[in-house]
Amino acid sequence: MALKGLDIFKLTPRTNCKECGNPTCMAFAMKVAQGTVQIEQCPHMSPEALAALAGAAAPPMKTVGFGAGDAAFTLGGETVLFRHDKTFVSKNPFAVSICADCADDVLAEAAKIDYERISERMIVDAVNVVYTGDKDGFLGAVKKAAGFGRAIILEVADADAAKAALELVVGAKPILNGANPANYKEFSEIALGAGVPLGVTGASLDEIADTVKALEDLGAKDIVIDVGSASVKEAFANAVQIRRAAIKDGNRSLGYPTIVNVGKLAGGDARKETALAALFTLKYGSIVVMSGMSYAQALPLYGLRQNIYTDPQKPMTVEQGVYAINGATADSPSALTVDFALTYFIVSGEIERSGVPINLLIPDAGGYSVLTAWAAGKLSASSIARFVKEHDIESKIASRDLMMPGKVAVLKGELEESLPGWNIIVAPNEAVSLVKFLKERYA
Amino acid sequence: MPFTKNPQVFTAKVTETVIGTGDTAVRLGGESVFPLYAFDAEFKNPPILGIDFSDKGPDRHIPGIAAFYEGAESLADIAKRASAAEGASFVSFSLKSADPNGDDESIEESVAKCREVAGAVTRPLVIQGSGNAEKDAQLLGKVAEALEGQNVLLMSALEDNYKGIAVGAVLAYGQKIAAESAVDINLAKQLNVMISQQGVKNDSMAMHVGVAAAGYGFEYVASAMERIRGAALSQNDDMLQTPIVTPLANEVWGVKETIVSEEDFPEWGPVEERGIQMEVATAMACLASGSNAVILKHPESVKTVSTVVSELM
Repeated sequence: MALKGLDIFKLTPRTNCKECGNPTCMAFAMKVAQGTVQIEQCPHMSPEALAALAGAAAPPMKTVGFGAGDAAFTLGGETVLFRHDKTFVSKNPFAVSICADCADDVLAEAAKIDYERISERMIVDAVNVVYTGDKDGFLGAVKKAAGFGRAIILEVADADAAKAALELVVGAKPILNGANPANYKEFSEIALGAGVPLGVTGASLDEIADTVKALEDLGAKDIVIDVGSASVKEAFANAVQIRRAAIKDGNRSLGYPTIVNVGKLAGGDARKETALAALFTLKYGSIVVMSGMSYAQALPLYGLRQNIYTDPQKPMTVEQGVYAINGATADSPSALTVDFALTYFIVSGEIERSGVPINLLIPDAGGYSVLTAWAAGKLSASSIARFVKEHDIESKIASRDLMMPGKVAVLKGELEESLPGWNIIVAPNEAVSLVKFLKERYA
Repeated sequence: MPFTKNPQVFTAKVTETVIGTGDTAVRLGGESVFPLYAFDAEFKNPPILGIDFSDKGPDRHIPGIAAFYEGAESLADIAKRASAAEGASFVSFSLKSADPNGDDESIEESVAKCREVAGAVTRPLVIQGSGNAEKDAQLLGKVAEALEGQNVLLMSALEDNYKGIAVGAVLAYGQKIAAESAVDINLAKQLNVMISQQGVKNDSMAMHVGVAAAGYGFEYVASAMERIRGAALSQNDDMLQTPIVTPLANEVWGVKETIVSEEDFPEWGPVEERGIQMEVATAMACLASGSNAVILKHPESVKTVSTVVSELM
């Protein structure tokens, strides 16, 4: 819970000494409350007051790091329940599960998924290695996971197997997901010794809260809560209640990231897994573990995750430049729209649907939609002409047909003046009419 | 220390709207908890699913859809088959041929098709118009007249045509309407206010607050729905309390991921599975954000999502 300015003021010396650069202690306290200055800037705070502030200002949900190198992730650290209040910060990694027998097949499928979407590389982020009672087989699978080069989760509640696995991959900083009310003492020791985050679960939220508390008393800091797999309803209830307790109710004992194993919850039905993965991407799964990942599943899920974790104040943009669609060449006509990712996706999708080869020109329009960009002066005849010049479009593209968004048809006259020799064509107002428009004109 | 539950149960409720008649009638809305939070309190009417086909027939180029409707040629037979889809609580019929920018079929023809479908379905019916505001203003009124007594939900009333539809469909013939706005809480509220000023009560209304396929700006959909549900429940804003109905098949089956052929993108695998997965993910995301009903087109997507919803309740 964030402190109010008045609470902070009570802890200051109240001498108005100005050494912090503010006219009064009250002004300083208000700025601290807003987060614009740090409390340390006051040289006269007592240690007791600093300790009290540190406790109160601690984030409601801890941040836990796992993985190493290119496959390092930050989990948790969320401060809101709804993304319209503030950005969600830690994207949920998607993991696939492997066991001794199925490792090769699952990893071969998972390796295929590798593509870029709006400047983000989409791959299977982590591998969840499951212990099924066969220690040698488990260790073999752990080695395969290590060779795969992604982050690792060890799903093992057997101390011997856990220790042996950690010896193999401790450098990769895996999550040791295996603590429960029966074994937590031993597992806490193992995880602390290896310096890896510890996953904990229990039969109910009561058990989970108790075990987390006991682990904290033993010194554990990096904890991840497994919401369990007893039933879909219970897993969802746990994920929501854990996040809500931490953020809304200030319950620190549950202020940790969560693991949701939708593979187990779906019982082998891939489509059901996708439904659950979508659900937990929206509602509070910090890591989503699937039994496997196909392209058909990855495409919607990674897109959804990218959407949900966008900063609501800062729209996604695509890079400016020329995008050749449907195998467009220098002789294909050009079309122009803005760099707002959503607009780009919809327009490029409709052009693809039309099958007509088009060079899609994307100038810097400030990441706004067409009308907003125009109103803000980010999309004008002169900015388009500048873009055409800077990108040397006239020598790259021979065709002189340029389609412009119908919503800014008003720019046509100015554009014709700014771009002599070009045939400026007003395209439809809505992307949905593009297919018909392009086919009629060029097909 | 045991975990102290702190359920969020509101005194405000999403209003209830009934569509259909008799034993198969369904209730939309009525809950006083956040979307799918059945663990906080009983979720009064669990979210439901509809299955959609258009007046051009089901999309038989998708093998699973072709198999599902195999042998059903007339609209009446197709409607019967759709009524039997596992997990579907209602049937949605889209008047695509009525679009003035497409086939521009006459209103009489569209109304005749609606009669045929309405006479055959064994579940409540949703009629989706042509999507053209001007045409729908007249078309939906005539459909409402023709289907009087069947208590259908007409989609959609827009800012540009709500007056005619509100008066013509709801007040004159007792049908239900969905107010459609574009992914914005203020637009949604404004339209609800305007429709209510025509004398239409909340229990005759639903809203379609916009939708996008997963990956295509879904953050706007999620936030619009979450804010609408937040205002309805925690601020008791009765102009945002009507149930949300989200038709998403057109959006989902019209994006690159569900269109491009396997030949062009061999690593992506068969088109049909991509479409089902996209439909399932988008539907679930809508339900998690606030939809009381979603309308899909593939029977397998309907089955999957309805199973997950029932497990959550």
